[in-house]
Amino acid sequence: MKPAPFTYHRPRGLAEALATLADVGAHGKVLAGGQSLMPLLSMRLASPEHVVDVNAVPGLDGVEVTRDEVRVGALVRHTDLERHDAACTAIPLLRQALRYVAHPTVRNRGTVVGSVCHADPAAELPAVLALLGGRVVAESTGGRREVAASDLYVGLLETCLRADELATAVVFPVPPGRSRSAVVEVARRGGDYAVCGVAALVRVDDAGGVDDARAAYVSVGDVPPVLDLTEPMRSGGPDAAGAYAVSRLRCEGDIHASAEYRLHLVGVLTARALREATA
Amino acid sequence: MNEQTVGITLRVNGIRNDVDVPVRMLLSDLLRHELRLTGTHVGCEHGVCGACTVLLDGRPVRSCLLLAGSVDGHDVTTVEGLASADGTMHPVQQAFQDCHGLQCGFCTPGFLTTIAAFLDERPRPTEDEARAAVSGNLCRCTGYQNIVASVLRAAELLGERR
Repeated sequence: MKPAPFTYHRPRGLAEALATLADVGAHGKVLAGGQSLMPLLSMRLASPEHVVDVNAVPGLDGVEVTRDEVRVGALVRHTDLERHDAACTAIPLLRQALRYVAHPTVRNRGTVVGSVCHADPAAELPAVLALLGGRVVAESTGGRREVAASDLYVGLLETCLRADELATAVVFPVPPGRSRSAVVEVARRGGDYAVCGVAALVRVDDAGGVDDARAAYVSVGDVPPVLDLTEPMRSGGPDAAGAYAVSRLRCEGDIHASAEYRLHLVGVLTARALREATA
Repeated sequence: MNEQTVGITLRVNGIRNDVDVPVRMLLSDLLRHELRLTGTHVGCEHGVCGACTVLLDGRPVRSCLLLAGSVDGHDVTTVEGLASADGTMHPVQQAFQDCHGLQCGFCTPGFLTTIAAFLDERPRPTEDEARAAVSGNLCRCTGYQNIVASVLRAAELLGERR
């Protein structure tokens, strides 16, 4: 239960970090919060030749809130964002989701950007990013690009980010006015990975009708699916939307839940999340 | 192959340490094997059990999920740092004694550090909040009832101190 040997890099600036990543390429792994990476190293499920620890890189720990978006730097811990009133007022969905991320002790160290880029379909933040249509800012010695959530996730634990790129920030767009959200999950114990989870975002019109309804799913498939539930929500309400979600999604079984049970949860939790969001 | 080392400075329980550590050394191992602070217990060593919880700049973290190199320049508080210099127990420690909050004691250091930091932020928790606060720490003896009682008792003791 100790990491295999690696070469350790602790860049003191962004330029140095990017140069290091360019240098080590696919043999390197970025370490920020390490709440997913360190267990992988200790269990030797991963044994990169180079670990690039970005914790000493200045300028990556900021949260910027504008009218349109919340920008979260690569060293912002889950707890920092969870306690950021301006960010969580702009996008209540952030706090609603963050409280489900592991336990407070893990959130104290784990980073938002790390969780987004680890691309674990059982994690909440990839679903949140997908639901909001957010993006990741990726930098390398070759320049800087922004990657939309819809392009980011390409497979289980896999993003389209290149090995020489550092995700320096993630950007969550502020949903339009009259948007309401909710996150609900079923997990075997509080703080565990969800057997199934749903993040819902609903926009209502002046008369209280549904303008737009969508949901993103946790622990369903290899990449977080997002469904447009506007039509079923309008015609039949949360239960119809739940049934629609069941008809559109495929689940896999594992030691925690059969595929059938997980799909059942998709329906129940979709309805529950929509009900909570519109309550 | 000679193992790469890194020189780090960290303050542990108020005392500055300058040490050279192998780059793959975990903070938990630095504390136990190098600094001989064996109060921090290592249970699962992959971030599940919470026994190795220490405070990093005042916040609870799993010391088995941190490279020692990553904490260069930071402050660490272990369970040894909770009691006063004269040996008076921290209110959380006193509460565990009062409420029989431990049996074998293996998980206790992680609970004590977690709860001490929790009560700093939330001095008057409800029972539900107390239970949620310890939900990331596993105890295989007590069944948690007396640990939750200890959290609430510690809050009382801290209140009396104020």
